[in-house]
Amino acid sequence: MPAEARRLAPKTGYFALLIALVAAGGFALTSGAYPVALDDILRLFTGAEAADATASLVLWDIRLPRLVLGLLTGAVLAVAGALLQGLFRNPLADPGLIGVSSGAALAAVAVIVLGGTGLAGWSALTGRWALPFAAFLGGAATTLLAWRIARRQGQTSVALLLLAGIAINAVAGAGTGVLTFYADDNALRSLTFWTMGSLAHASWDDVWISAPFMLLTLIAAPLLARPLDAFLLGEPVAGHLGYSTDWVKRGVILLVALGVGAAVAVSGLIGFVGLVVPHFLRQLLGAGHRALLPACALAGATLLVAADCVARIVVTPAELPIGLVMALLGGPVFLILLLRNRFV
Amino acid sequence: MLNTLTDNPLLNVESLSLKLEGRTILDGLTAHVRAGELVALLGPNGAGKSTLVKAVAGEVEAASGGIAINGRPLSQWPRAELARHRAVMPQKIDMQFPLTAYEVVALGRPREPMAQRQRIVTELLALMDVADLAQRRVPTLSGGEQQRVQLARVLAQLWEQPHPGLFLLDECTSALDPAHQQLVFNRLRQLANSGNGLLVAVHDLNLAAQWADRLILMNHGKVAVEGSPEAVLTADNLMQIYGLDARVITLAEGYPVVLPIRPAHLAVAI
Repeated sequence: MPAEARRLAPKTGYFALLIALVAAGGFALTSGAYPVALDDILRLFTGAEAADATASLVLWDIRLPRLVLGLLTGAVLAVAGALLQGLFRNPLADPGLIGVSSGAALAAVAVIVLGGTGLAGWSALTGRWALPFAAFLGGAATTLLAWRIARRQGQTSVALLLLAGIAINAVAGAGTGVLTFYADDNALRSLTFWTMGSLAHASWDDVWISAPFMLLTLIAAPLLARPLDAFLLGEPVAGHLGYSTDWVKRGVILLVALGVGAAVAVSGLIGFVGLVVPHFLRQLLGAGHRALLPACALAGATLLVAADCVARIVVTPAELPIGLVMALLGGPVFLILLLRNRFV
Repeated sequence: MLNTLTDNPLLNVESLSLKLEGRTILDGLTAHVRAGELVALLGPNGAGKSTLVKAVAGEVEAASGGIAINGRPLSQWPRAELARHRAVMPQKIDMQFPLTAYEVVALGRPREPMAQRQRIVTELLALMDVADLAQRRVPTLSGGEQQRVQLARVLAQLWEQPHPGLFLLDECTSALDPAHQQLVFNRLRQLANSGNGLLVAVHDLNLAAQWADRLILMNHGKVAVEGSPEAVLTADNLMQIYGLDARVITLAEGYPVVLPIRPAHLAVAI
């Protein structure tokens, strides 16, 4: 069977991913600068009083929100990657491509650098939400702009969207560069951390503002599974099969902008998840989106939580930015995958 | 042959004109396909065959003229309902991602009980002689195998519908070996015989002569000649429209074959 598809049954795949997810989650909750025993966690979840008050605090206020945020962010980034790759019919499509990330980054960096001066009004108005709100709005605005440019006679041109995204990324990147140039040392440090992605300051507040958008993306994405399968045969074929190709495009762009915008707003720029996870799972489960999207959510969540554990533990008590860990781990793994599997 | 027309053909194309980048591609073209009819669309490269198929498929918009399916103008069909009346096989489908042959054919049967979908997809894979490729990833298949998988998908879309379906097939046998070309046209013939209408753009004059009820020979965006294979495929027409020097022989089986003739003097080398 030379060219026979090496496939995992989706059920087996989900089961394995679920075990990995629980293991990563358990590890994330117990390990770190302050070790917490597993039975402490069980006691907390069942409502009983923890033996150790510090453990309870560490768990509830630090590790649990961080875990939840990591799970959601990882799931959203991977699902968004799969959605965009299906829409563009290109395994290299990434949420960064249509301008979400660069727009969010520009707005966030603007708040970090100019929060005390030019954007003092915004910071005063939004208080501690200044950064996440700005990032979210920036991401949504650039995506909207790319999408408007790609609209011609009531239709969205996928090629134009891609090109507009590239141009917008370049301009937003330049803007971020200029702001970096004017940043003082303090701003520069927090800016660096943010552009490399981090869950270090995760709080329940972050969860509350970002979770609704991320959950919306995760819950609505499977509705696009069937039309996206048809899109794999080309946009005209999807139209022949009775799907409204324009609604599919709108849906994908909207879900990606909302979900990734929210993810970037609270955790900064984290690359590779949207690229590696769907690519790897497509080799394993096939390209059908009904199996692929839920698997991407599980695997993305697992990967991000695992990478966050590495980021927290390797240089304790300090931390590495998770984006850095992801690039260090993800880059080589992706290369090995490409070399082993010639089939892209 | 207007007198043989029923009142409401399955497909009616009326004085269709279409320009792309200022160039006239279709020039007041009028054609029809009735239920139960296999119509072959012929013509030299650039005659406008694919554009006509695309116009009826709703991919390009005409400047003037009308297209009606089942008597209803194309623009007035709800998308999902149209998908149950019209299926389209484009000339080329480029797949990047590894869907299996089974999954591709199943795309033609959305929203259907699993058991029934399974039965129909299996049946159509067998009908196109690709049953053993069901679990293979389509991008790894040969060109001819991919073409038959796509055909199975197109057929699946209108399979077991309670009304006549319209099939638009653009060069659907171009990558097939002769035996599979015959197999496919045999299946298309059966589809027509069971009441569907087919418009099949094809370059192979002999396949058209062998299997079609009627030929439409296009040139410069218009219908040049239309009628039975014997009426259309004459040495004169072939010379005039294709510039092809050919002998036409009518077989005892009742249809003509076209044999291009090698010129007595080869073109002078430049």
